[in-house]
Amino acid sequence: MNFQAVVFFVLAAVLVLSALRVITARNPVHAALFLVLSFAAAAGLWLLLHAEFLAITLILVYVGAVMVLFLFVVMMLDINIDRMREGFWNILPIALPVAVLLLVVMAATLLGPYFGLSMRPPPPEAAEGYSNTRAIGMVLYTEYLYPFELAAVILLVAIVAAIALTLRERKNTRSIDPAVQVAARREGRVRLVSMPSEPRGVSGPPPGDGTEQPPQPPK
Amino acid sequence: MKIPFPDLAPAAPELFLLAAACAVLLVDLFIRDERRWVTQVLSQLVLVACAVIVLATATTGTAFTFSAMFIDDPLADALKLMILGAVSMLLVYSRRYLADRGMYRGEFFTLTLFSVLGMMVMVSANHFITLYLGLELLSLSLYAMIALQRDSVAATEAAMKYFILGALASGMLLYGMSMVYGATGTLQVGDIASIIARGEGNRTVLVFGLVFIVAGLGFKLGVVPFHMWVPDVYHGAPTAVTLLISSAPKVAAFAFFMRILGEALGGLTADWRSMLVVMAVLSLALGNFAAIAQTNLKRMLAYSSISHMGFLLLGFLAGNAFGFAAAMFYVAVYVLMNLGTFGMILLLARSGFEADQLDDYRGLSRRAPWQAFLMLLLMFSMAGLPPMVGFYAKLTVLSAVVDIGLVWLAVFAVLMSLVGAFYYLRIVKLMYFDEPVDTTPLSATADARVLMTVNGLAVLALGLLPQPLMAWCLMAIQRSL
Repeated sequence: MNFQAVVFFVLAAVLVLSALRVITARNPVHAALFLVLSFAAAAGLWLLLHAEFLAITLILVYVGAVMVLFLFVVMMLDINIDRMREGFWNILPIALPVAVLLLVVMAATLLGPYFGLSMRPPPPEAAEGYSNTRAIGMVLYTEYLYPFELAAVILLVAIVAAIALTLRERKNTRSIDPAVQVAARREGRVRLVSMPSEPRGVSGPPPGDGTEQPPQPPK
Repeated sequence: MKIPFPDLAPAAPELFLLAAACAVLLVDLFIRDERRWVTQVLSQLVLVACAVIVLATATTGTAFTFSAMFIDDPLADALKLMILGAVSMLLVYSRRYLADRGMYRGEFFTLTLFSVLGMMVMVSANHFITLYLGLELLSLSLYAMIALQRDSVAATEAAMKYFILGALASGMLLYGMSMVYGATGTLQVGDIASIIARGEGNRTVLVFGLVFIVAGLGFKLGVVPFHMWVPDVYHGAPTAVTLLISSAPKVAAFAFFMRILGEALGGLTADWRSMLVVMAVLSLALGNFAAIAQTNLKRMLAYSSISHMGFLLLGFLAGNAFGFAAAMFYVAVYVLMNLGTFGMILLLARSGFEADQLDDYRGLSRRAPWQAFLMLLLMFSMAGLPPMVGFYAKLTVLSAVVDIGLVWLAVFAVLMSLVGAFYYLRIVKLMYFDEPVDTTPLSATADARVLMTVNGLAVLALGLLPQPLMAWCLMAIQRSL
């Protein structure tokens, strides 16, 4: 067994075990971290296949961005794991045959005479200095320009949709808008009223003797 | 290495729409709430201008661009005009409804424009990746629009259901597409067709992929057994959004069927025909019988749409130019009738009153005689009574089915539309022979009333003179196949 095969089996074992732990871990944070581990193992497998660009993208995008976001969400939501597991044994008799059936179908197509290893000769060795990052870059912005731009539009729609669905202007909130505060001018707050002056001591109620009614509130 | 710049002329309508949608998105930021109508007028102008560009760049030939991922042919032009027309009618119908419910916001219009862009991308796609991206652009806009009324539990539930089942269906579609890629080594519509025509590619793998593709497409069209989302989403979504979901996307779904099954996998017609027969038979039966039991008009129309999509499949499964043209004619007519019916719900609705119960239509003929008459025309057309256009649409589809020798299927479809006639005519009975419960006068705006009149009379006029539209559909299909 050469070195490559050893690396492959180690990475594959890590991948399968961590993937199993993703669905069996009781703590959602642990599950998310096991998913990170399985991504890392998968990235290693892709490196073995000479898919360096995809391997690095998997680490950068999925581990670096998507999973961090996942962890944020998991930590912010108060997930009651026991309530989510309720009814597991009731669903199992239906879910298990479906899962087994799906497994059989996938195995039949992927391992059988259609996509099995015997059907696909190994690809020729890449030339010296071949970079698949360069190869992907060459077609991504030329041949696949149109779908690339469409994906960008989908992201734009996702941003618009996310903001439209979550931005709430609450009427009863006491939060203050700093821009409004800064923009306040004296004219907006103070009103100068010109009134005839009155002699001192005449206005106001006479000194009380304890018999008069309290002042009525204005109607 | 010199890379040729793609020819932008064939994609001019899409490019314009994308730029204009972004412009509307930006302009809307600077508009105060009380002047929101500016956004609506702008969106309406964008749709009209886009239609003008489609007409101006229409050719009788086929043009490819963007490495042949984009196709501009007479079929695409015709379907794009239908989509743009349907959506601009929707904007007129829904103005009052949205304003009454606090949904008259810029996002509604921007998302509508982006969903139109998604539909146009689907219609003009010549590559499985662009088909899928167009579909996702459309679906994502629709999911958000359903949930736009955030405080409504029904709308949120409908959005969740549509989102989860939609993601599942997209997964199936992609799995099927990957199988086709595995068998043929390409995702280009024309290349797949020629590889299958040459007899290359493993047939078992192709048919295996086809099953998943048909399941995904069936979900998007809303036919049995992939119909579970239709009643809940139609019922739960705000009526204006229901109108959007139930009209123009059906045209885009027809384009999807055309590009994938009709063009790319045309060599496997015998295989997909049997699947479509099963789906059509189940949709016709379940849609029509379940609609009888409904007391909510929107739910009833949801089941009726399932049965109408069954009819659409009948035309499609013929698998020849006449069958495709019949299906295209059917989808155009269905969209027109559907706009009218949901438009009527929007017309009768007012603040705090949805007008979506069957009982709300009792005695409508005394309250609003002209609107009741238009609704009568629409219901007769949906039921397929002559001389409405619905009759002609059903007749064309049935003759396409009889042409390929499936007489039993045509007989079954006729029996099922007899069942369907019951619940359409029940509305006519409620409107004309029952005492009104609600006597509030109609408060609809003048533009919606005028459009309603045009829409209702168009159903009658097209029924009397169906030939031009049918000839147009047949021409578009024949020049594009």
